[in-house]
Amino acid sequence: MPSFWSAFANPHQFFKLTHRLAPACYALGGALILFGLMQGLFMVPSDGAQGGDVMRIMFLHVPSAWLAMASYLGLAIASFIWFIWRHELADSAAKAIAPLGAVWTALCLITGSIWGKPTWGTWWQWDDARMMSVLFLFFLFLGYMALRAAMETRQKAARAGAILAMVGAINVPLIKFSVDLFTSLHQGPSVITADGPKMASVYLVPLIASAIGHTLLFAGLVMTRMRTDIRERRASQILVRQETPHGL
Amino acid sequence: MSASPVIAAFRQAIGEGWAGGAGPLLPLGFLIGAAVLVPLGIGTDTDTLRALGPGLIWALIALASLVTLERLFQADLEDGALDLWIQANAPLSMIAMAKTLAHWLVSGVPLALAAPLLRLLFQAEATTDLVREVPLYLMGSLGFFAWGGVGAALAAGIRRSGLLTSFIVLPLYAPTAIFGAMALLDGAGEAAPLFLGANMLFALAIAPFAMAQALRLAAD
Repeated sequence: MPSFWSAFANPHQFFKLTHRLAPACYALGGALILFGLMQGLFMVPSDGAQGGDVMRIMFLHVPSAWLAMASYLGLAIASFIWFIWRHELADSAAKAIAPLGAVWTALCLITGSIWGKPTWGTWWQWDDARMMSVLFLFFLFLGYMALRAAMETRQKAARAGAILAMVGAINVPLIKFSVDLFTSLHQGPSVITADGPKMASVYLVPLIASAIGHTLLFAGLVMTRMRTDIRERRASQILVRQETPHGL
Repeated sequence: MSASPVIAAFRQAIGEGWAGGAGPLLPLGFLIGAAVLVPLGIGTDTDTLRALGPGLIWALIALASLVTLERLFQADLEDGALDLWIQANAPLSMIAMAKTLAHWLVSGVPLALAAPLLRLLFQAEATTDLVREVPLYLMGSLGFFAWGGVGAALAAGIRRSGLLTSFIVLPLYAPTAIFGAMALLDGAGEAAPLFLGANMLFALAIAPFAMAQALRLAAD
């Protein structure tokens, strides 16, 4: 175990590892997204029960919903690792994940609204527990970024962010549960279940390809942002050293 | 005559709540003022107001608790009390919790007591049920104040942090608001008040440790 983890923990090793890994993620992820979208937009038959051609947005919507949740989990895990072991790379990861996670969460909300308008007749369906949960997830991401941005130093931003991310992660199941309860009380029109075991494989294959593609793209972007962050930190250290008078 | 640091912090926070003039009247005034704005926006229709009342009450209590939070720990950071607490022979989490509890007694309890009156303002029937709702408001507002305390502790070192504190704790308020409004609805089931209580206990169990970590950060 230690040898595996030290490859990630050591910034030098991290640079060597991600030097090729990040571009590979972009290439493979881009290809899979392209395949998924081509299949989804032009090849698969449209499903009248899901609102006709508008259901093709699923190939963007479902991957973004998966990433919205996975990225908050990633943020919480990175924060936890930083909080326990104070490893700089974990904080770089948390800092890198937050805005990306917010973007994919927003994408999930936007595509969900576009899908909802023709099928449910409304841009925003309060009865749908998933929409509410994802919206709160979005606020958690924004709050995390706002708190980090308000802190004076990098170290303080990391600590405050880690505490908030962990408190948020503890609360996510409770938020999910309460929102489910709320929506079960206000039973509205029957909600379509886009994802389920009943789905035909003609939809499933491009969907999974698209989901893996988005995940790889996300991973590649996180790596690139982390590399930038580490370089930025080194650059500021060099600046501090140059500004410090000799003999101190 | 050295009292335990936890009790000392509690007493000091109670005193602080009353100091500076208005004390608990300020959040109370905010609550009532905000409630009066609502019919101006949505009209005077009795049935509409009665239907909106339960949900509005919780939203208003949430907002009123947010406006009290900014100064919760900032004064202690500025006058050095926080440094003493960290060195004190008592867990910082307990001191922070005592402080939050005192703050809730001064600012939160009046909100809970005033809430039935606001329900009347929103055209609820004047029955004894309104009085029975007070424990719900007490539990809910304590949940609000506990999570709000975490936000206040995280933002203690930041100048003019009121808006930031509100923003980061709002998602944490969602379960309390949902359980609270459910408990007020007719036929929502017996479970909602229990959920509200469990939610409060959950907040009381987690928040002190998060507050302690955040206050150590603020003191650095």
